[in-house]
Amino acid sequence: MRRRLWFWQAMLLASVFSFWHVATHPELIPPVVWDNPHRAAFFFGEPVKIVKVIIDWFASGEIYPHLWVTLQETALAFVIGAVLGLAVGLWLGLSHFASALADPYIKAMNAMPRVVLAPIFMVWFGLGIWSKVALGVTLVFFIVFFNVYQGVKEVSPVVLNNATMLGATRRQLLRYVYLPSATSWVFSSLHTSVGMAFVGAVVGEYLGSARGVGYLIHMAEGSFDINTVFAGILLLTLFALVLDQAVSMAERRLLVWRPSQAGDADRAL
Amino acid sequence: MSIAVELEGVTCAFSTKGGGAYTAVKDVSLAVAEGEFVSVVGPTGCGKSTLLNVVAGLLKPTEGRVRVLGDVLSGVNARAGYMFQSEALMPWRSALDNVVAGLDFRGEDRASSYPKAEAWLERVGLAGFGNRYPHQLSGGMRKRVSLAQMLILDPQILLMDEPFSALDVQTRVLMENELLELWSANRKSVIFITHDLEEAISLSDRVVVLSAGPASRPIGEYLIDLPRPRDVSEIRLTPRFIALHDKIWHAMKDEVLKGYAQTRNRVSA
Repeated sequence: MRRRLWFWQAMLLASVFSFWHVATHPELIPPVVWDNPHRAAFFFGEPVKIVKVIIDWFASGEIYPHLWVTLQETALAFVIGAVLGLAVGLWLGLSHFASALADPYIKAMNAMPRVVLAPIFMVWFGLGIWSKVALGVTLVFFIVFFNVYQGVKEVSPVVLNNATMLGATRRQLLRYVYLPSATSWVFSSLHTSVGMAFVGAVVGEYLGSARGVGYLIHMAEGSFDINTVFAGILLLTLFALVLDQAVSMAERRLLVWRPSQAGDADRAL
Repeated sequence: MSIAVELEGVTCAFSTKGGGAYTAVKDVSLAVAEGEFVSVVGPTGCGKSTLLNVVAGLLKPTEGRVRVLGDVLSGVNARAGYMFQSEALMPWRSALDNVVAGLDFRGEDRASSYPKAEAWLERVGLAGFGNRYPHQLSGGMRKRVSLAQMLILDPQILLMDEPFSALDVQTRVLMENELLELWSANRKSVIFITHDLEEAISLSDRVVVLSAGPASRPIGEYLIDLPRPRDVSEIRLTPRFIALHDKIWHAMKDEVLKGYAQTRNRVSA
């Protein structure tokens, strides 16, 4: 069943690419929409040429520094955003006054479309990686923050009381109960937050940079090189898939104690 | 014999959402001797758990006070171990790490605390299960872990809030026998909350019956003069047990009906 599904999934991909190729390759079929046979290729690119661009990137090694920059930005944005979100989430989750005080502002900041901050970060941090990291951080922060905040609010009161009866001080409750509980919420939002870090990095590069996959796309677009634009998009998609797989692997390792993850509750009997 | 726990005129009132006050327990006085096993029975919703939380120091009584080994209790009762009705284990810690938690809080290092925890796991019949996470254990096993987690700290007073109510009948009888065995090896004072009269009689030295809520108070105390050591499933067939059960049940019945009627009125109102 699985193998057959794989087969059909591959067939779907192949047929989409075949249609794309047939519809865009100049003079392969008589022109239907445009008189100029090259116009379809101008707007939609040609899959064969796109794949060739990608192969050339890897063959010449030209792409590695760009990928490396994008990866760095994504990782930094995720780590910084997650740590900030965890810290602020814990703090506001535990302090009623602080959360009541900050509530309207947190809501306002979350409602704001944060991509518009990109120009400001450009001015503050320059065209290097840090302006992209800052953009990614603003995106990651809120996801992690809301998850941790909710997580702290929903820590089981029985587990808390139990730890208290076992002699935990307030500090120890924070370290041994709130923190692990909140961390598990960070991991449950891992896929979304890593994705957001990636979005921040690429959008930042696209808006102004000298390196990165987003920069490549921007440059190609400037010279109407639609094949390279598509090549960049495909590469980003593949990159995102690899990143997502890595996250899934990390999740499996770190959340073994979670019932839904291990799924072996019946093993106990 | 000296007094381990003494409640003096304890009253607990909670403010309700409507702005009124709900008195859970009113003017309760109760003394538990050292090494005595006392069960508190009563209809559902009569404030049994409230009483236990007061002795644990998790809840401050509105009026009255608690003396523990002569000293007036303020803050958390450090001499008591508490076994909760619902799941109280930390799900992100393995069975062994859960048992060792109390020693962690005391700052004992793992080199000396792990062997103790392993020994306790063995005593509750869970040798070899130390690296399982709570969700990988059955309900009965989780209760054993909770028991070991509590007993490793060697508390002088055990507070148990319907600890076995979620278990199936067979597992429950097993756990009750094991509890009696562990208890008789090193007699602590026990306050055991239950709504199951049979369980109360078969385990205890004394049974205290609470009236239906609100404002419940003890309405009867019965000495259980059954010989020890006991087997909880066998002792239930002896004539003395049946006579005691009959006597206490008659005293309880009116209260149970009252409690039932109140719950029903509350639902229909």
